[in-house]
Amino acid sequence: MREVAVIGVGCTKFGEKWESSFRNLFVEAGALALEDANISGEQIDEIFVGNMSAGRFVEQEHIGALIADYAGLATNNIPATRVEAACASGGLSFKQAYTAVASGMSDIVVAAGVEKMTDVGTEVTTDVLAAAADREWEGIAGVTFPGLYAMIATDYMHRYGLTREQLAQVAVKNHENGAKNPNAQFQKPITLDTVLNSTLVADPLRLFDCSPVTDGAAAVILAPLDRAREFTDTPIKVLGAGQASSTIALHDRKDISTIDATVAAGNRAFKMAGVERKDIGFVEVHDCFTIAEICAIEDLGFCKKGEAGRLTEEGQTAIGGKIPINPSGGLKACGHPVGATGIKQVYETVKQLRGDAKGRQIDTEIGMTHNVGGTGATVVCHIFGRA
Amino acid sequence: MVGIISYGAYIPRYRIKVEEIARVWGANGTEISRGLGVYEKALPDMDEDTITISVEAARAAMARRKVDPVEIGAVYVGSESHPYAVKPTAVTVGEAIGATPVMTAADYEFACKAGTAAIQTSMGLVKSGMVTYSVAIGADVAQGEPGDALEYTAAAGGAAMIIGNKDPIAEINHTCSFTTDTPDFWRRENKPYPRHGGRFTGEPAYFKHVVGASKLMLEKMGTKPSDYTYAVFHQPNGKFPVQAASMLGFSMDQIKPGLAVTYLGNTYSGASMVGLSAVLDNAKPGDRIFMTSYGSGSGSDSFDITVTDVINSDLFNRDAAPTVSALLADKKLVDYAVYAKHKGKVVMME
Amino acid sequence: MWVVPEQRLSVIYSGGHKMSVARFWRKQQNRYNLIGTHCTTCGKYFYPPRAFCPDCRRDGKIVEHQFKGTGKVVTYSIIRSSSGNFKLLTPYVLAIIELDEGSRLTSHIICEIDKVYIGMPVKRVFRKLGEEGSSGAIHYGTKFVPA
Repeated sequence: MREVAVIGVGCTKFGEKWESSFRNLFVEAGALALEDANISGEQIDEIFVGNMSAGRFVEQEHIGALIADYAGLATNNIPATRVEAACASGGLSFKQAYTAVASGMSDIVVAAGVEKMTDVGTEVTTDVLAAAADREWEGIAGVTFPGLYAMIATDYMHRYGLTREQLAQVAVKNHENGAKNPNAQFQKPITLDTVLNSTLVADPLRLFDCSPVTDGAAAVILAPLDRAREFTDTPIKVLGAGQASSTIALHDRKDISTIDATVAAGNRAFKMAGVERKDIGFVEVHDCFTIAEICAIEDLGFCKKGEAGRLTEEGQTAIGGKIPINPSGGLKACGHPVGATGIKQVYETVKQLRGDAKGRQIDTEIGMTHNVGGTGATVVCHIFGRA
Repeated sequence: MVGIISYGAYIPRYRIKVEEIARVWGANGTEISRGLGVYEKALPDMDEDTITISVEAARAAMARRKVDPVEIGAVYVGSESHPYAVKPTAVTVGEAIGATPVMTAADYEFACKAGTAAIQTSMGLVKSGMVTYSVAIGADVAQGEPGDALEYTAAAGGAAMIIGNKDPIAEINHTCSFTTDTPDFWRRENKPYPRHGGRFTGEPAYFKHVVGASKLMLEKMGTKPSDYTYAVFHQPNGKFPVQAASMLGFSMDQIKPGLAVTYLGNTYSGASMVGLSAVLDNAKPGDRIFMTSYGSGSGSDSFDITVTDVINSDLFNRDAAPTVSALLADKKLVDYAVYAKHKGKVVMME
Repeated sequence: MWVVPEQRLSVIYSGGHKMSVARFWRKQQNRYNLIGTHCTTCGKYFYPPRAFCPDCRRDGKIVEHQFKGTGKVVTYSIIRSSSGNFKLLTPYVLAIIELDEGSRLTSHIICEIDKVYIGMPVKRVFRKLGEEGSSGAIHYGTKFVPA
C-alpha cells in the first residue's frame, strides 16, 4: 500500500442554505478544494461522494454521475461513486478514496460529502433520518433518532450517574468552539441554562442536545504522499483508517451505552497508525446528540466508561484541555448535513494540523476523526498527522 | 349441547363523563346523565379500533380455556364500525388467534345486534357438525355525531364468545328472533355518523322487538321471568333495558349484574355481549340467563342459557382474563379535547 | 365542524410514498403473534426473527418460535416530537424491551409517560401500528402495556 496525503480541502458554510441546490453545494465545496490544492479538474482521476439520502431529500439518485457532470468533468469520463452509510457516508467516502489511492488504482482522488436537507419539511427529515435505523423493526415502533439516542442516554445515566448538567456541558462547549468557526451553522455561545431550559424532544434529550438540520458540502483531495509536495507545502498524511459495523438495531447491542463499532473502528485506526491515545491532540467526534459525544470519548479509549461526563465538566474536552473534542463546534454547533459531516471532520482536522484554524487553533501534530452511521451500526475513524 | 365454551370482554381504558360532553354543548349534564342512566362512556386509544378490540376480546376468551386454535372453524365479527368497508375484521382476528387458514369467516352488520347474530350463526355451524368451535364477536368503536344525543352514549368495547358443544361453561337451550323492517336508526354508505328517528327508536322499535323476541322465547320454553337468575337486554342507555325488563316482568335484581351501560356507554354490537360477559363473570353452575339483544332496522335475538358445572372446573379459568368490572375499574378520564383527538375529530393533513 | 371517521391517522411512513401491501403482509404473523425464531443449536431466541444464527452461523438450526409476550423494560424515552403515524400519539413511551426468552425489541409502550421505569414488567397487546392514509391499508401488530 502507498502512503496517502490530503493535499487540498474545501467546505461550504453550513446552515439553512435556501439559495443553494444539492448540486451547487457540491460544486462550491469541490471548487474550494481544487483551489486549495492548486490543481485543475483535468488532474482528477476519481471521485467518491458521501451522501445519505438525496433520493428522499431531493428525489435524486445516481449522485456519482450527477456531481461529476456538474463539476464539469463529464467529458473526462472519470469514475464517480456515491457512498452511503447513513450519517457515516462522508467518513466512508474518505476511506474509499484513501483505499483507491493507497492501492495504486488512482492518484488524485476527490472525497466529498454533500447533503441538502432543507428542501423537505421537518417531518419528512425526521422520517428520512429514521431510515438509518432498522425500518422493519425500529421504524414501525415509532423511533425517531433523538428517541434512539435518548434511550442510550437513559441507560447511560442510570448506570453511570451522568448528570443532566454534564450532558448539557457538551453542547455548551461545542457552541463555544462553533462561535470561532466561520463555517459553523451556529456561531453563538450558549449557557447551561439555554440547554437545560430548551424544549424536551425525547426525554432526557432536549432541543439543545440535538444537532440541527443542515445543508452543506465538503470536499478533500487525496494524493500519494510521494507526489503530495507537487501540490502543497503542508500535506497532511493519513496515518490510520478504521471502519467497523455493528447491529443495525440498537436493541440488539450487547451494551446499549457502548458503541462497539466505535471501539473496533478506533482500535483499528490506532493499530494502523501506530500511535497512542496520548499522542492525539484533538478528536472530531460524531456528536449528533450530546450523549453521543460522551460515549465516543470513552469508546475511543480516551477515558474509562462513565468518566466522560466529569471530563467534560472539568473542561478537559475544551480547546486547551487534556483532550479537546470537536474544535469545529462538532455536529451540534457546526451543523450536521448528514452525508457531508465525515468530510467536514477531515476538513477541520487538516486545517488544525496545518495551523490554519484561526481562533480555535490547537497546537498538535496528530488529530483524529470519528464518524457514525445510525446508532453506531457503521463507524469510520481516521488518524491524521503532519507529513 | 351447544353452548358457550369460553368468553372474553375488552374495554379501552379511556372514559369521558357525560357531563363533560354536555358542557361542550351547553347542555345540562346532570339532567342528561340521570335521564339516560349513563354517567361515563369508554373511548378508544389512538391506536385502537374494532379490530384491536375484537382481537383483545378473543384472546381473553382463549386465555380462559385451552382451545386448540386449529379446531376453530369459523370467526364472525359483528360491528357497525369495521375499520374497512371491504376487507373483513374477522380475518385479522382469525390470524391473531392462530385459527387461520382452515376456517370460514365473515363480518356481520345488523346495527347493535350483529354480535348476537354471530352467536346464532356459530350455533348453527356447531350443531350441524360443520365446525368444532366458532368464535362470535360483537365489538364497536361506536359513532355518534358531535352534539347529537348519541354522542352521550356511543362507546367503545366488545366481547367474544367461543361457541362449541364439548363441555360448554353455559348451554344455550334455545334461541329465537323477532325481525321487521323498521327505519329507526341507520347509517348510509360513506357517512361517518348514523342518523336516527328520535323518539321513534323507542316504542315501535326497541320495545316492540325486545318484548316481541322475549315473549316468543318465554312461550317456546314455557318459562316465566322468575325462572331465570339473570336477564340481559340490549342497553343503548340505562333506561330502556330497565323499562323492557319491567314490561316483561323481570326484576331489577335480575338485570342489574348485566347492566354494564351505566359506566361504559353503548358499545353498539358489543352491548348485549358485554352485559352477558358481566353476568358470566359472577355466574354459578345452574344459573339460568335470559338475554335479548336489539339491532336497529330492526330485530331482536333472544337466548335461554344455563350455566354448567364446567364454569367451576379445571377446564375453565375465569381469572385468566379480566372481568367486566375489572375492565371498567381500570380507567382514565379525559376531557372533550382529548376525546376529540382520540375519536379522529382532530383533522390532520395527510 | 368537518369530521372524519374514527381513528384517522395520517402517514408518512416511507416518506408518504405508499409501499406495496406485501411488505407488511409478509411480516404479519411475526407482528400479530410475536412469532420469532429459535436456534436449536445454541438455544438463542430471536425477535425480531433472524433466519441465520449470528453465533452458530451455518451450524445453527433455526425454527419458528412464538414468544410468550412478557418481558421487562431495558431502557426508554418519552418521544415528544415525531412524524407520520406517530405524530398524534405524542408524547409516547418508546422502549427497548427484553422478552422473557432473552431477545430484545423496540416498541411503543402504552402507559402514562411518568409511570415507565427501567425494569418495568410489560406484556403484549394488539394495536394498530399505522395506516397508509385514510384510504390505505391499516397495519396491526404487537405493542406493550405494563404487566
